[in-house]
Amino acid sequence: MPETMLLVAGRTSKQGTSLNVGKLKDEYRTVTSTVEMNALDMARMGLKDGDKVRLRTATGETVAQCKQRKPEDLPAGLLFMAYGPPSSQLMTGDTAGTGMPISKNLMVEVTPVTG
Amino acid sequence: MSENTKVVENATCTFCGCVCDDMNLTVDLDAHKIIKAQNACVLGRAWFTEHVAEKRPFALIDGKEASTEEGIEAAAQILANAKFPITYGLSDTTCEAQRQAVAITDMIGGNLDTTTSVCHGPSGIAFQGTGESTASLGEIKNRADLIVFWGGNPAESHPRLFTRYALMPKGLRIPNGKKDRYAVLVDVRRTPSAPVADKFIQVKPGTDFEVLWALRALVKGRRVDPKLEEKTGVKIADLEDLAQRMKSCRFGALLFGMGLTMTRGRHFNSGALLALASDLNEFTHFVAKPVRGHGNVTGADNVVSWQTGFPFGINFGRGYPRFNPGEFTTVDLLSRGEADAALIIASDPASNFPKPAVEHLKSIPVIVLDTKESVTTRIAKVAFATATYGINVPGTVYRMDDVAIALRPALESPYPSDEEVLTAIKNRVRELLAASGRAGNPAAQKVA
Repeated sequence: MPETMLLVAGRTSKQGTSLNVGKLKDEYRTVTSTVEMNALDMARMGLKDGDKVRLRTATGETVAQCKQRKPEDLPAGLLFMAYGPPSSQLMTGDTAGTGMPISKNLMVEVTPVTG
Repeated sequence: MSENTKVVENATCTFCGCVCDDMNLTVDLDAHKIIKAQNACVLGRAWFTEHVAEKRPFALIDGKEASTEEGIEAAAQILANAKFPITYGLSDTTCEAQRQAVAITDMIGGNLDTTTSVCHGPSGIAFQGTGESTASLGEIKNRADLIVFWGGNPAESHPRLFTRYALMPKGLRIPNGKKDRYAVLVDVRRTPSAPVADKFIQVKPGTDFEVLWALRALVKGRRVDPKLEEKTGVKIADLEDLAQRMKSCRFGALLFGMGLTMTRGRHFNSGALLALASDLNEFTHFVAKPVRGHGNVTGADNVVSWQTGFPFGINFGRGYPRFNPGEFTTVDLLSRGEADAALIIASDPASNFPKPAVEHLKSIPVIVLDTKESVTTRIAKVAFATATYGINVPGTVYRMDDVAIALRPALESPYPSDEEVLTAIKNRVRELLAASGRAGNPAAQKVA
């Protein structure tokens, strides 16, 4: 069953270092297509580290692999991804007249990818 | 490692907005590679030691190898003949290159925007509405005894913000370094920055404005509705304690990240934080600074401001600069399908922009200057390989606190600098406009 969660995108050390190796290289692709999830949320959805989920907004969708975070670090219902092409797929072009698309408070539908 | 090495002292790292200018680089002259970057953080080490001169053609036109000169001709033709050309990027190049990009855009009556619009653009809007109680990082290092990091994760994004400028270092009025400072981190999740702070305040996503407004009330001695705790996830007792610490410190600093600008509220969040800093000056000395991402995004704000009067989101279509975020910011005008050509400098919007904007970018001729291959270079009509600022190219950049810093390059590059390519494009565009009887913006003709 899909669940609705809030996605926050941001910088990480690994995203920064792999950026210098090359944005078209495997390391950067892996780092930017990993989504951190609350461990209890993952358990409820039957997910373990490395499993894939489909993240979907009204604008687009992407598939990312899960990495669990302790509930005290990442609250229930919150997701975190390093900035990159996968997280950009989920942003809307509407900036509410500011120039800035929302990327840190995105409502996304999360569905486990099986098979 | 060969024995044929040299050391470049006090080189400048341009990976992030900290722009640390105390790098000692060891260069292997035989391998033509930086093998050691003393004083660099984890990001700076990768910036220097992963740098390799990629074996790319000087230019690609429609994916086919070309010379830089052929690329310049193709780019100038596109820009001189476009009806609504846009210039975007600029945060990872020198001020000297930025200046040339402004001149080109002015000349062709185009649209000028930088990565600021998708970074601290909302803070730029807030500065104009609220003002900025500001300071250099040197003042913060030497004087700040209370530092509040809001909506950022410096441990991962700007590691030396902690160790060189704002938390650990000893200073003139801070003789014991970290022991003399109280640090607070406010964020929606517990990041690797949290253990560094004396107090971590976790807010529910999208409620920063409410928390900041409550702090403004508490600072002024007003009562706060207890329902705020449920709404924001923050205990009012914690906010009362923070308000008291803010009022009683000697020198306070609010250093805020994109956790405020990229979430619901955007410029209202930044404005609330700037207003809080202003309010606090009734009681003590308090400053606020945005923590900037790219190495010369602050330079882009400065260059574009001193040449046009505005920091980003500018249009020259009427022959003079007009500023209007939402209308002249790149995500918006691409998403509306408005531009008919794009000049992208040191940026990768095809990776980072929302899907509707990327779709339009793919449908128009794109000219890209970049040091590395990217998704945007792959969709470009004309792609130039250029030398890397700070590593190969000298020039000027601005640290996040608006302090200008000179670059001391360590390696030569086979590729031209962004400034050289842009200057050549500018000169050719000027010729084309004159030959076609379209003089472009007369005032821009005088721009150097």
